[in-house]
Amino acid sequence: MDLEFIHKYAPLYVEAAGLTARIAFFGIVFSLIVGVLCGFIRHFKVPVLQRIVGAYIELSRNTPLLVQLFFLYYGLPKLGIMLSSEQCAVAGLTFLGGSYMCESIRSGLDSIEPIQTESAYSLGFTPVQTMRYILFPQALAVSVPAITANMIFLIKETSVVSAIALADLMFVAKDLIGLYYQTDEALLMLVISYLILLLPISIISSLVERRLRYAGFGN
Amino acid sequence: MQDLGISILFKGTNFLRLLGGLWTTVKISLIAVLISLPLGIILGLLMTSNSKFIKAVCRVYLDFIRIMPQLVLLFLVYFGATRTFGVNLSAFTSAVIVFVMWGTAEMGDLVRSALISIPKHQYDSAAALGMNSRQTFRYVILPQTVRRLLPPSINLITRMIKTTSLVVLIGMVEVLKVAQQIIDANRFEYPTASLWIYGVIFLLYFLICWPISLLSRALEKRWAD
Repeated sequence: MDLEFIHKYAPLYVEAAGLTARIAFFGIVFSLIVGVLCGFIRHFKVPVLQRIVGAYIELSRNTPLLVQLFFLYYGLPKLGIMLSSEQCAVAGLTFLGGSYMCESIRSGLDSIEPIQTESAYSLGFTPVQTMRYILFPQALAVSVPAITANMIFLIKETSVVSAIALADLMFVAKDLIGLYYQTDEALLMLVISYLILLLPISIISSLVERRLRYAGFGN
Repeated sequence: MQDLGISILFKGTNFLRLLGGLWTTVKISLIAVLISLPLGIILGLLMTSNSKFIKAVCRVYLDFIRIMPQLVLLFLVYFGATRTFGVNLSAFTSAVIVFVMWGTAEMGDLVRSALISIPKHQYDSAAALGMNSRQTFRYVILPQTVRRLLPPSINLITRMIKTTSLVVLIGMVEVLKVAQQIIDANRFEYPTASLWIYGVIFLLYFLICWPISLLSRALEKRWAD
């Protein structure tokens, strides 16, 4: 193990981890927005839109992110739609993540029995109050564990963006292996970088999940 | 647009070459699923064992495999094994090893959660009916576990097929690589080739994975208790 090598090239990994984190952050935020919209459409069975959202979910869940990215990055410019690598990565991640987030949010909304809404109305709650005090907290207890699992999934999925010329962690590791043949050191730093990115979120999510379990009715 | 770019698919053996490329990754996923099924069942059984030590070891394995992006695992085996152990693995072998490791972890976790989801009163009732432990497992626990296990295991096949698309990044010639070759060879004759070819690959993946997802969902609905 060459500590000097690690010391010398660690800044490259820090920079690359920043890029990974940035792409993942925007991807997660946008997929949450898409997910909430689609989740509500699916739950309230909005006519027509419901069909479109259904088709989108099937398409995005049954194709790999790598293929989606290739299509966005190399295919779409032929239609005159030019996106930068980073925009492509965020768009691809949103396309993929949106459907996963939608399913998590919908399953939370679907898990609430209609009697909850009816009881709230009979107690004189307004629809907004019902949403805020009755439905939202209960849906959250079901949705949040699934949403955090999706976040971890999406951060992991960003590892393929090196295929569309983004200098992320994978790219740096491969570059160092190619340039200096210090494979062990390069791979060790790669693993440590991903652990630093993912472990805290994984631990926080299991803590949150444990806390939320009390919020579920009758558990 | 001199003529429709999609005609590139039917030029020569292009479409067959794409399908051949797709078969490479599907083959890896099928081999990996077949091997990781039995291994995953063993792992799942080990994780429900009483030994704290075995449980801890399985836990560490499972957590490491699940938290690392699959591409990192591919790099570790493909680049790391060569350097550290001096074994020269082909991209195909490394891919199979990685996806067996990953599939075993995922399958093990499915088996574990299916086993612990069986309520304790099922064991108690079987005992009250005079069944011995083997009969309990064979007639009471196993049928219920299989029902809970089959839909997510079928789903694992689609995840496997989607994830094996990564092997192009360790230099295997599969569908995306073949696509690049076709596009580069026809750069001047068919300038819009990339749109059509990547679009077709997108659809091909969908056509493979979608029926499997539908089957998994149908079974889940049918066996919902």
